[in-house]
Amino acid sequence: MLARIGAASVDEFFIDVPPAARNPVMRLPNAQGEIAVHRHLAALAQKNTSAGQSAFFLGAGAYRHHVPASVDHLIQRSEFLTSYTPYQPEIAQGTLQALFEFQSQVAMLLNMEVSNASMYDGSTACAEAAMMAARVTKRRKIVLSGGVHPHYVATVRTACEALGLEVMALPAAIDDEAAVVRQLSNEVAAVIVQSPNVFGTITDLTSVADAARAAGVLTVATFTEAVAFGLIEPAGGYGADIVCGEGQSIGNSLNFGGPYVGLFTTREKYIRQMPGRVAGETLDADGQRGFVLTLSTREQHIRRDKATSNICTNSGLCQLAWTIHMTLLGAAGLTRLARLNHENTLTLADALAALPGVSLLTPRFFNEFALRLSRPAQDVVDQLAARGVIAGVAMSRLDPRAGMDDVLITCATEMNTDEDIAAFARALKEVLA
Amino acid sequence: MAYFYTKDHEWARLEGQNAFCGISVYAVEQLGDVVYVELPEIGRSVKAGEAMAVVESAKAASDVYAPLSGTVIAVNTALAGKPELVNESAEGEGWFVQIQASDPAEQNALMDSDAYQALVKGL
Repeated sequence: MLARIGAASVDEFFIDVPPAARNPVMRLPNAQGEIAVHRHLAALAQKNTSAGQSAFFLGAGAYRHHVPASVDHLIQRSEFLTSYTPYQPEIAQGTLQALFEFQSQVAMLLNMEVSNASMYDGSTACAEAAMMAARVTKRRKIVLSGGVHPHYVATVRTACEALGLEVMALPAAIDDEAAVVRQLSNEVAAVIVQSPNVFGTITDLTSVADAARAAGVLTVATFTEAVAFGLIEPAGGYGADIVCGEGQSIGNSLNFGGPYVGLFTTREKYIRQMPGRVAGETLDADGQRGFVLTLSTREQHIRRDKATSNICTNSGLCQLAWTIHMTLLGAAGLTRLARLNHENTLTLADALAALPGVSLLTPRFFNEFALRLSRPAQDVVDQLAARGVIAGVAMSRLDPRAGMDDVLITCATEMNTDEDIAAFARALKEVLA
Repeated sequence: MAYFYTKDHEWARLEGQNAFCGISVYAVEQLGDVVYVELPEIGRSVKAGEAMAVVESAKAASDVYAPLSGTVIAVNTALAGKPELVNESAEGEGWFVQIQASDPAEQNALMDSDAYQALVKGL
């Protein structure tokens, strides 16, 4: 192998690794018995505060919701767990049917015509949408609003800049999704907007989509909290061309930030440029209803460098959990769940905004909002954590250059009790005093 | 009318300067049911051997190369709604594009029907 790649020795092969980092002496403890190792690791794990041990108000892209025990039970059935995501188009009919139901549910939830079989997470779905828009329009510039989650902006940048696309991210703005309209030109492939955005603001995107369409620009609407669409109009209804985002909040736990499940929908006319695969419904040789992977011929394992995207799989198990949870909820259940979220969030907003040194910045919200504090938000978050309240995410942590060090993004779901909210308000009052 | 073939299984049928082009019956038999054909824009200039279209069946998506150099002057819009035309009539109604050949002498580099059939028999 060394001869083949043109290296004379193993040392030469690793020449780019700094000498100090090459074969360092590992100071590992001696081997121990299983019981001792278990005890040691359990002690390490206890250094973490888990979401369930605290009054927990984190959101900003990952949401703590109740996942019924039946979801975990069903996804671990061997028929689902072992077949996972198929490559052979007709194999694993049960998995294919679950994918088909998932796509139907996602298309209904987001009010769009077609859904793929899922992507890795919301941010990569957003990056794929940007690349797809460039393929559709044959243009090379992507404009993101100041309300798009900074992590999504970073992911779009990573994917697009490697393709030589120009990425313009507008400065962070709590309530100005429409700012992208001022950047429209015949060089722009897509404007990417978010509702509810990273500050929780809900925006009617109709005027953005109308203006973009008139300029030959695709509107990509993203989101981080899918439960919102139990109450508010999804962007499909506003005329967006691609609606994509994070599906974690349905069926999936926080899981330290992943694995999650990206939702990706578009208009039927763009289906050939859509990344990923689709499970289709068909009839088998005996005329019976069956399912088959379709459009996966555009994926990397078949089209290599000419594939529509680098994805050639989907988030199988997370997608299955999503489908099962959504099936258990039903449309009416989702609306009830969304209402519970909103009611708790209203209670939280009332309790916090009444405190001295706190002002509510988000004009229209679902289960998340931004507050301006009289002190740097990260300090406040740290001090509240010491009091057993996980208060939210400081904007400075998501985007240190936003100039919003005093902004805290906080969220309430159906998991927060009145006691949690009272504890948050009490602790915040003390810390700001 | 004379058909000419490439080793990649495209065909061309010259009518004066203009050539109808598509993929051969043999190619379609290998692909199975065609589900989609992605066609070039009218007015695009292509070089012989350049990828100009994509044919997609249930299990594969393949590039289709221009058999002759020239300008695309027409595409078979019927394929958008009825891709199965390619299966039914690969070398007739299932044509892909019409190219105004810039150098009709290029057909001398292609195989005639007999030579192509001999090639296919050997595959």
